[in-house]
Amino acid sequence: MIKHWWKALGVLLVIYTIVLGFIGEVPRLPILNETIRNLYFHVTMWFTMVILMTASLVYSVKYLRNGDLTSDLKGKELAVSGFFMASLGLITGSLWARFTWGTFWTNDPKLNGTAVTLLIYLAYFVLRGSVDDPQKRGRLSAVYNIFAYVMMIVFIGILPRLTDSLHPGNGGNPGFGGYDLDGTMRVVFYPAVIGWTLIALWITNLKIRYQKLLWKKDA
Amino acid sequence: MLKMSKYWLGFCAMLFSGMLTAQQQMPKVEMADAMRENGKIYVVVAILCVIFIGIVLYLISIDRKLKKLEKES
Repeated sequence: MIKHWWKALGVLLVIYTIVLGFIGEVPRLPILNETIRNLYFHVTMWFTMVILMTASLVYSVKYLRNGDLTSDLKGKELAVSGFFMASLGLITGSLWARFTWGTFWTNDPKLNGTAVTLLIYLAYFVLRGSVDDPQKRGRLSAVYNIFAYVMMIVFIGILPRLTDSLHPGNGGNPGFGGYDLDGTMRVVFYPAVIGWTLIALWITNLKIRYQKLLWKKDA
Repeated sequence: MLKMSKYWLGFCAMLFSGMLTAQQQMPKVEMADAMRENGKIYVVVAILCVIFIGIVLYLISIDRKLKKLEKES
């Protein structure tokens, strides 16, 4: 039971987010109205994605150093989970945009940047699927993963900040920290990021163990 | 002349007080206050918690099945 504490912590933090995310006090802003609460759910998906992709990068580098296929597997499954969270972030962002900006999609650098990032990671999975030899696949995809990570930082972290963007926190727009003057949203947002990350890690953990069982069966 | 300035002063005071009340009415932003007042938002919170706990229970069951297989092999 002791080694499951992080799963329990993740569950508790997400429940905390759901409860306080709806009942807690939020800044009153026109246009956004109650949708400002999406900060706890939409933005956390992207934070989780970046954390998982960073972990994936670490395991890819580890694989390149030690050639252990377990590291390769961990890197891959973390990227799959990160991709999953990012897809949720993209869909929820699109829905949010429909009711605040008036359209599901607009040619905004932030939006297009995230779409390109998803395609870059999609190419990572395609690359993995197209090589049969495990060691060769591991090396190729690990090197590509490093490239993909750098591209992700450029496309969602740097480029949107250099140009005009509708998205909060980009192109001179204030992020939510600018509205949240007394920190009432922060006390929900940061635990939410940790909670969702732990849940995503749990799912990743299940998939890694499943794949290891398959390896044992085949051996 | 004195009478005139008094008149202006009164007018300005009126204008200013009008602006004040206008400002007090202005930042009325629509929020789902009624929803929280009559308590129904808690229903949504409860339902979301139930759904999330359901997903967690499902994850736990997968976790257990995997553990069983890991012990067998």
